[in-house]
Amino acid sequence: MENKAHIIELKNVCKQFDGVTVVDDMTLYVRKGEFVTFLGPSGCGKTTTLRMIAGFEMPTSGEILLNGKDISNLPPNERPVNTVFQKYALFPHLTIFENVAFGLKLKRIEKKYVDKKGNERVKYEKLPKEVISAKVKKALEIVDLAGFEKRSVSTLSGGQQQRIAIARAIVNEPEILLLDEPLGALDLKMRKEMQLELKAMHKRLGITFIYVTHDQEEALTMSDTIVVMSDGYIQQIGTPEAIYNEPKNTFVADFIGESNIFSGVMSKDYLVRFCGKAFPCEDTGFEKDEPVDIVVRPEDVTIVSSEEGMLKGKVTSVVFKGIHYQILVQCGRYEIEIQSTTTPKVGESVGLVIKPDGIHVMKKKFRVNKFTGVITKRNTVEFGDGEFDCDVTQLYPGSHLDEEGYLITAKGEKLDLTDTEVNVEVGLHDITMSDNEDEGGATGHIISLIYKSEYYRYIVRTDNEEDYVLACEDLWNENDRVSLIIPKEKIRLTLKNPEESKQ
Amino acid sequence: MTKAKFHFSRKLLAIPYALFLALFVIAPLLIIVYYAFTNGDTGSFTFDNFRNFFSGTGGDTFWESSRFKTIVQSLGISVLSTVVCLLIAYPIAYIIAFKVKNKMGLLILFIVPMWVNFVLRINALKELLEWIGIYNKSNGWNIFNTVLGMVYDFLPFMVLPIYTTISKIDKSYLEAARDLGAAGSTAFLKVTLPLSKAGIMSGVSMVFLPSMTNDVISNYRTFNHTKIIGAFIDECFKNDLWNLGSVTALLLLTLMFLITWLTGGFSAEPENGSRGTSLW
Repeated sequence: MENKAHIIELKNVCKQFDGVTVVDDMTLYVRKGEFVTFLGPSGCGKTTTLRMIAGFEMPTSGEILLNGKDISNLPPNERPVNTVFQKYALFPHLTIFENVAFGLKLKRIEKKYVDKKGNERVKYEKLPKEVISAKVKKALEIVDLAGFEKRSVSTLSGGQQQRIAIARAIVNEPEILLLDEPLGALDLKMRKEMQLELKAMHKRLGITFIYVTHDQEEALTMSDTIVVMSDGYIQQIGTPEAIYNEPKNTFVADFIGESNIFSGVMSKDYLVRFCGKAFPCEDTGFEKDEPVDIVVRPEDVTIVSSEEGMLKGKVTSVVFKGIHYQILVQCGRYEIEIQSTTTPKVGESVGLVIKPDGIHVMKKKFRVNKFTGVITKRNTVEFGDGEFDCDVTQLYPGSHLDEEGYLITAKGEKLDLTDTEVNVEVGLHDITMSDNEDEGGATGHIISLIYKSEYYRYIVRTDNEEDYVLACEDLWNENDRVSLIIPKEKIRLTLKNPEESKQ
Repeated sequence: MTKAKFHFSRKLLAIPYALFLALFVIAPLLIIVYYAFTNGDTGSFTFDNFRNFFSGTGGDTFWESSRFKTIVQSLGISVLSTVVCLLIAYPIAYIIAFKVKNKMGLLILFIVPMWVNFVLRINALKELLEWIGIYNKSNGWNIFNTVLGMVYDFLPFMVLPIYTTISKIDKSYLEAARDLGAAGSTAFLKVTLPLSKAGIMSGVSMVFLPSMTNDVISNYRTFNHTKIIGAFIDECFKNDLWNLGSVTALLLLTLMFLITWLTGGFSAEPENGSRGTSLW
């Protein structure tokens, strides 16, 4: 696997739609014969990336290389790539045979011959009819629908249409098969069946598959390599095992499988503190007392008696899930999810044990502080245990406020934003601290400071345990009580539920 | 046990239309059938009217008669008008559906003329043609003017159904075609065009059938220099030739039925992949 050539390579690919960046500086390669999955929530840019490889979208900048050659500006019909579309896109006016043969009928084979004057010439010939029908027959056999040639598309079930769509793509013997959430429209059982079949098909055909899905289980089941994406960025690339067991950041940990994510501190090598306790772990190479994120998979937490546990808590919920029970245990203010075959009773006091290999420590990325907030009546925003002035017009491009404080959108609609949920982002350098408790929007104690050569990095914890991370050149003391000032224009807001608020 | 009460159901809403249909469509049709198959003087059943229609006038056979000429001329004008309409309307509909952002604005541009009184529009066109100097100049110009009038009048009826069908075509079909190796033009010929067939058929029947009989246009345009079959029927009834007029009307009806049937105009579900209601 290691030595195989890169069939497709993306180099610093960016894609913008009307000024909005959908894919940002994406660099990755796919090896020949690999099964690669782009995984991410909707809107993460995975489908756009696929469409750029197919040729339906041109990258705004960057290069797409196929076998080392730049194909960024090649139209889709000149790329040796075929797509299985999300909604199949089988031609309704053609029979199954005509659908599958569509690509073959358009194919021209180069044929060299010598004309009367002895010059060597090239002519392009259509594939002979017998060849086409033989190939169609074989493709239909591969997808288990032999004999369906004369049927019309509308007589097929969703699953059958899906198979025809696959047959229509693979019959052209593409170098890469692109699949855009092909199983999204099928029911659960059918989907599971098709997953295994696709995987088997991939082995048999030996061509490269690039698969797009938002279903993490599907990705884990089928892929050789998973590319986890979010907000147009690649979050992590790795084998399914690596992505599941060693997520690089909280997004990946949260998105792939069930997980408990804690904020903690790496006391020293092999020892991490979270939930108010110290746990031995297998991770090294962090700064002393570096804040980290910790992932513990529910199946890695063991329930023991209250006395034996590293953590103690009360069972709040037990749900039967088939092969295991999903148990929630409240330990102080932390809720921990556990998967177990034992069944404690709700209300019972239990102890929890987490073994070192069940703890995965991740570097904390302090690019921005992220909060969830709510817009108030006064068009301020409440988040992180405080209230701040903000510019709500950034939620809707081109909008402005009228005298009464209603938001007028670019289209002239009048909106009342009170109680709108928003995502709030504040940069590390955009927060300043003050002694005067009334000056800022939130107050808290400095719980950590780390000298970072150019500045000190502080963590300020509010009374309700919300943490702000900020950078400051001045030296403050731990446990100082400070108020936090954020300038109006530095608070970045986005709608939490864009769909809902449109109504 | 309980008395059957008056129960309002949705079916009852169909009654006004059913009455309208019976009074103004079925009854006149029956009257025409009656006159077509009866003798004008005695009222007895006869095929003479059909024989009359197909026998020549003034010593000519039917094939040499002016009546046959009128039929051929009508057909010719209809076909020509339809083809010209289609050639103009398809690109317009395609451009509005795929290339234009302000679709409504452009569509309205094509619909607004329909809001102006039809006779007024035709009169305006006549004045314009007179001013240019091609009004009633020669037989050729008269036919040209008639076709021009038909196209002018019926163009929206061709644009709208085609636009509706094209705009409903899922873009992924085109992408699939491109993906499978079709260049832009091939994708159009193999996918867009066949998938817009339903709209074309509907547009063609909206233009072809009325332009066979719409004698207002030929009337105003040329004062019957270009006689079409509709004018002939009108003439029959005006001159108290009810039986001959009815036969002609009935024959025309049969012809239209055949054309519609042969072009698949009766199929319930157009195979364009979009099963929604069409604009017409």
